[in-house]
Amino acid sequence: MNAAVLAVLAAQVVVALALTPLLIGVMRQVRTRLEGRAGPGVWQPWRDTVKLLAKEPLRAAGSSWVLWLAPAALVVSSVMVVALIPLIATPALPLLPADLFVVVSVLLVGTVALALLGLESGTAFGGMGSSRHMMIAALVEPTVLIAVYALSIPAATSSLGTIIASRLTDVTAVMTPAGLLAIVALFVVVLAECGRLPVDNPATHLELTMVHEAMILESGGRDLAWLELGSWLRLTALLGLVVNLAAPWGIATEPTPAGLAVGVAAFSVKLLAAGAGIAAAEVFLAKLRLFRVPELLAGSFVLAFLAVTASYLVA
Amino acid sequence: MFRLRPPLEFAPTRAELAGVVGRLLGDGWRLALVAGHEDVPDHPGAPDGFRIVYAFLRPGGCQGRGERAEVTVAVPRDDAWFPSVAALSYPAGRFEREVRDLFGVPVRDHPQPYRLVRHGNWPAGHYPLRSDADPAPAFTGNDPFPFLEVEGEGVYEIPVGPIHAGLIEPGHFRFTVVGESILQLRFRLWFMHRGIEGLFRGRTPDEGVALAERISGDTAVGHALAYVQAVEDASGVVVGERALLVRALLLELERLYNHVGDLGAIVNDVGYGIAKNHCDALKEELLRHNRRVTGHRLLRGGVLVGGARLLAEPDVGLVADVARRADEVARVALAHPIVANRVVDQAILPAAAARSYGTLGYVARASGVAVDARAEHPAIDLGPAFTVVTEDAGDVRARFEVRRREIEVSARLVADLAGRVAGASSEPPIPARPVAGAGLGVVEGWRGTIVHRVELDAAGRVSRLKAVDPSFFNWPAIGVALTDTIVPDFPLCNKSFNLSYAGNDL
Repeated sequence: MNAAVLAVLAAQVVVALALTPLLIGVMRQVRTRLEGRAGPGVWQPWRDTVKLLAKEPLRAAGSSWVLWLAPAALVVSSVMVVALIPLIATPALPLLPADLFVVVSVLLVGTVALALLGLESGTAFGGMGSSRHMMIAALVEPTVLIAVYALSIPAATSSLGTIIASRLTDVTAVMTPAGLLAIVALFVVVLAECGRLPVDNPATHLELTMVHEAMILESGGRDLAWLELGSWLRLTALLGLVVNLAAPWGIATEPTPAGLAVGVAAFSVKLLAAGAGIAAAEVFLAKLRLFRVPELLAGSFVLAFLAVTASYLVA
Repeated sequence: MFRLRPPLEFAPTRAELAGVVGRLLGDGWRLALVAGHEDVPDHPGAPDGFRIVYAFLRPGGCQGRGERAEVTVAVPRDDAWFPSVAALSYPAGRFEREVRDLFGVPVRDHPQPYRLVRHGNWPAGHYPLRSDADPAPAFTGNDPFPFLEVEGEGVYEIPVGPIHAGLIEPGHFRFTVVGESILQLRFRLWFMHRGIEGLFRGRTPDEGVALAERISGDTAVGHALAYVQAVEDASGVVVGERALLVRALLLELERLYNHVGDLGAIVNDVGYGIAKNHCDALKEELLRHNRRVTGHRLLRGGVLVGGARLLAEPDVGLVADVARRADEVARVALAHPIVANRVVDQAILPAAAARSYGTLGYVARASGVAVDARAEHPAIDLGPAFTVVTEDAGDVRARFEVRRREIEVSARLVADLAGRVAGASSEPPIPARPVAGAGLGVVEGWRGTIVHRVELDAAGRVSRLKAVDPSFFNWPAIGVALTDTIVPDFPLCNKSFNLSYAGNDL
């Protein structure tokens, strides 16, 4: 059983790694096309990553081990998250469950690694980006916890695999008010956490407005490739979690080859469709004033909180 | 010396200067430029020493064509200094520092006696507009350029530039910040100093036109026109009506493509990229139209000394269509709740500050100050199609709205002027006469009022050109507008001003 589960986890990592640059490519291409431009095609992030991985990283004189450790920590934490979150199958290792609290903690490792990297670069932009990043993270983490907690109440467990499996067996659970509130709350914080509009503009060149980009401004070569890939993997993981909670259909409950194949196909379709949807919505969005971001995130926290309340009322 | 439009002239001593300047400013005159000159005697008895010329402008006058005044102060070479009038006029203080840095004539009693043009790496004693200056000195200097430091709990500095992450001209900005709030902004420009004014020296008036078009690439018509007006004023060339009409037409075409581009660029800075893409497409249509009309996308080659040239009739229908669509994009963008929230009450420049800093162009008009050389110093009557657009709020939205409404006015003017050009008989350009003289050119470029003052020597060659882009006046106002602004909103505010670095640095 454990060997099969390990194979599932490995498959999740491979699928996520393969799918992530494509997800970013699809999102960029959708936005580009909707804005009336031709665009470089959906494979450009793949090409960029391969190119950057072949380049030596340049690190400033006087910088410390943080500059090489942070990209590694980010990528490792992101890979762990995509392994733990049930993306294509729900079975989990008994000693390392896809527990809600474990997942959020591992995510936080990557968040802190990025913030330290921004500070270590020694420029004012890095520090500024880190401070904004931590402000957003501090508002995002509780909402993630509470939103998933609301979904865990009907299933009576904090294991994400079990929650998703229970939603799969009981279709009515997906469409409860509590479930919808929690999904919306989760969706908003995923946008914030992954630096999408209206919280951060991934396409800007204006250093002073950046959040995520400001932290990685001084990185280059392999370091940059790992940082980009690590950040993109977080989007895959969190967006994957949201789509699997909102529409669990297709996910494999048993680690059989046929089930996994269906799981991979269903997950790819759901993830890319969700990404394309976000990109399409971004065309119609602008970036919020920085001091309004907490209002947006507080709103999503309220939704998550209402979801918890509703779950108890229903249950 | 010859003057086509003779100004009121004053020649006070250094002690009397402040009194004369104060009286003029009190009488409603605006300081347009201050230009230093060095007179090197080429024959016995010729003047020797420095001259500082203060040019003033005032609306009204004969047939409403505006009035001009010039105050000239002689500065002897062996006692070289001139008194500061910075206490009377803020822009005068900046001009004085510029004169000091370029000619090495010290200013007395200046409240801000810091370097302006000079960068720390210029060699000591190098003053580029002096006749004995080394044209290509080694950059051996290493003077510091200290910024005013603010101390306190949690105060930190953000240095930005001069190299930026996008295709932006170079400038160094130093923000002093607590959290995200800007306590102070100081900036260091003149990275783009190319010595343009020195390059004019010794050129024939015709040779200067191409150079004037390159003072600021996006203001080719504005600067070329101010330059040829100054040359014509100095050499007594009266330009025919068709040439005046064509010039006014080209000026509006330049305003159109820049304003359309700016509308998109401003909203792009709040992440509303789709509006920028639409505006860029519209701007491209205008650039291609420019190429058909003048042979150059940036309208170079249209303005000549003593005339103007069109390769083809402007497509009035296309211009009107682009203007209508740009208006629609701008309205859609401002109706977007997030965009509106970002631009309304953002980076307000109060009318009082807009006046005291001497701001020009859409920056001033968005703060309710109706300065527009097309109304105050018209080269030709633009008729009822022309109105001066003003807004009162002084925020980013007002600067956006002034541009949007000016596009409408410019499109109307293009249609009107194209009709008048078609009805006027063509005439060949009149060459400048080889006479010594001084002249002033005043033009409402798309950023604001551009003023050139030219002096021609006896052979009719340019001996001195002083060019002033409105950016020179408007740059300090950005610091005022940033009061109560947070760091991530600076790029938006900066874009709403969209000042020229090249035009300022010369």
